[in-house]
Amino acid sequence: MIPRHLKIATGILLVAVLLMGFFLWRMRRREAQSETRLADKSAVAPPVAGPTEQVTLYLAVDDPGVVRPQAARIPLPGGRQQRAQELLRAVTTAYLQENSQHPIGPGAEVREVYIVDPGLAVIDLNAAFADGHRSGVLVEELTVASLVQTLAGNLPGINRVKILVDGKERPTLAGHADLSSVYDTGSVARMVEQLAAASP
Amino acid sequence: MCVCSAGTRPVPCQSETVGGNSNFQILLVRWIASRWLALSRFVPYTTVSRFHRRASSWLPYVGILFLVLLASAAGDEKHISIYSPVADYSLNVSDRDGREYVGLLEILEPLGTVTAKAEKDNWKLRFNSIEAQFTNGHNRSRIRGRDFELTTRFLMENGRGLVSLDSLTTLLPQFLGIPVVFHVNSRRLFISEAGTTYTAELSKSTPGKLVLNFSRPVNPSIATEPGKLRMSFVRDPLLASGSSMITFDDNAISSASFQESNGAAELTIAGNVPLLASFSNDGRTITVGPAPASSNTTTPSAPSPSPPSTAVLPNATPAAGPAPAVPVRHFIVMVDASHGGNERGAALSDKLAEKDVTLAFARRIRQELEARGIPALVLRDGDATLGLDERAAAVNTQRPAIYIAIHAANDGSGVRVYTAILPSDLTSHGPFLAWDGAQAPSLGMSQLTAAVITTELRKKVAARAMAAPLRPLNNITTPAIAIEIAVPSDEISKLTSLDFEGGISVAVADGVANMRSRLEEQP
Repeated sequence: MIPRHLKIATGILLVAVLLMGFFLWRMRRREAQSETRLADKSAVAPPVAGPTEQVTLYLAVDDPGVVRPQAARIPLPGGRQQRAQELLRAVTTAYLQENSQHPIGPGAEVREVYIVDPGLAVIDLNAAFADGHRSGVLVEELTVASLVQTLAGNLPGINRVKILVDGKERPTLAGHADLSSVYDTGSVARMVEQLAAASP
Repeated sequence: MCVCSAGTRPVPCQSETVGGNSNFQILLVRWIASRWLALSRFVPYTTVSRFHRRASSWLPYVGILFLVLLASAAGDEKHISIYSPVADYSLNVSDRDGREYVGLLEILEPLGTVTAKAEKDNWKLRFNSIEAQFTNGHNRSRIRGRDFELTTRFLMENGRGLVSLDSLTTLLPQFLGIPVVFHVNSRRLFISEAGTTYTAELSKSTPGKLVLNFSRPVNPSIATEPGKLRMSFVRDPLLASGSSMITFDDNAISSASFQESNGAAELTIAGNVPLLASFSNDGRTITVGPAPASSNTTTPSAPSPSPPSTAVLPNATPAAGPAPAVPVRHFIVMVDASHGGNERGAALSDKLAEKDVTLAFARRIRQELEARGIPALVLRDGDATLGLDERAAAVNTQRPAIYIAIHAANDGSGVRVYTAILPSDLTSHGPFLAWDGAQAPSLGMSQLTAAVITTELRKKVAARAMAAPLRPLNNITTPAIAIEIAVPSDEISKLTSLDFEGGISVAVADGVANMRSRLEEQP
């Protein structure tokens, strides 16, 4: 015959074990979620705070393969260089959204934009931008046109744009779109018009 | 980079080379030329000091001297090539104490798992499970726990272990457990490698064609010069087959010779006419024969184009020798299977690479063009790696009536026909064209051809014509277009379907046939 107090103690211990197990399971789950958040390489929202301004982002749309202007309000700092960076980060963030009409690879980011007088902007993309980019003539052309046109459309005086990857020159974005040349914004604007005209 | 204009048809400059060094050379030449012109032409004579007049006379020579020094520095680089069943690779060789040395870690890296650690004067190496220790400045080493005597001193530089080439034949078997064969004079090392052999046979046709059959697929770089076609095999373990020199009793091809030097084997075909090499049988066969007559259109008063020094690709047929007195234009279409070799292009599916699809389409388009009586060449008729500059140089040398680059994609559907985008500001350099804007004189005809081909394609699939920043379109002096064939990812098998391939190819060939008379009118 097991004494009554032993039965009660055993029961209490079993309940404690179950509660502790449940607590441990919750802790592990929370930790896993936290690690996932840390590993998420998607670009963070523009770090600039303050009053927003109306800008026009030129966003690529894979189907039907065009670049469309889209009005947006984003916080913009004072300097031209910083404004250029925030504009392109806004474009990149749009492409990284789940419902993007022109998705780019995870971790894609615009590292820096340098404005070099007279009228030359140098865009420095990170390696993940190029490495994770889909390969194809049209899909790469849309990305390049979107970046160049967004700069040219919002920063008067920019007439040439050079694109680097991780601070270095690359022959192409992902095997097709030429990155070895300096883009003339006038030519890119005509290219964007032509894309719209040729779209089905 | 630039192209020289011969009349209205520019061709690459004779001094054209590809690579970073060439950019520096061109910048240097531009600077010297600009200084020279400023001093000798544009500054009024009366204001030119004695120093300036002297400078104007010696600056070009200084420039030439610089170029010679640069060229000789680049040419002096020594290489060793290593051929093994695992990998074929080349390494730089450096001179130390009058002997040639190479990094031991670099040699072993492609052959297995290797780690190295430098501790003061000792350099410890682990290759797979074999441990070895070398001492800086000493011949004695320990491999597998036993003493081993190197033929020359081991050197350690910045943590890097160097062994002399003399040591390799005895040292490498200690790690690999198999003998190696080292061709000392040419620095070619064969590890358990039977090598690639070849046979050369002259066909009885007129004019004669030399058929080279290789025991394995090969991928040489090809250069031509008047009367010679050189094939350089750096990554292929090509061995001499019988005599190193074979002579032929033929009007077009006189001999074929085999040489080895600086980590490469070279087959030189000598002939009395410009020669053309074409690949077949998946790279196992190279056929060398007289090139079709060049499509020079120089007027008698215009200076003759200089023959280009190199065209490093299959099927390149640079114009060689003097321009004919009465120029004859041949209508040839150059179809380029984009990507190739190490450059696979887009991964269209787990198994399907863009380079394979483009090659299949290029061959099919050639077949359809030939069926319409239009001579066509496939620029990359095998799995060769070709740079964009190399492709452009080859096309500008061959000067076809039109250049068509083929691409494939798994985004969207339909066919897109592209023409070049040119910079707005195309500064004139007299007889020179900017490399990035070489397409400018032909862009109108390119756009017209793209429109005609798009119309033909629309009879079968959705098609659109547009511009794209796609090299080498803007570097090509003749009409040039690119065609991208796209299918959705879930219908990727369509790209390899014979019906689909045939439909697109027929439309492209019909478009070219419709444009033939207009393209023939091109100057």
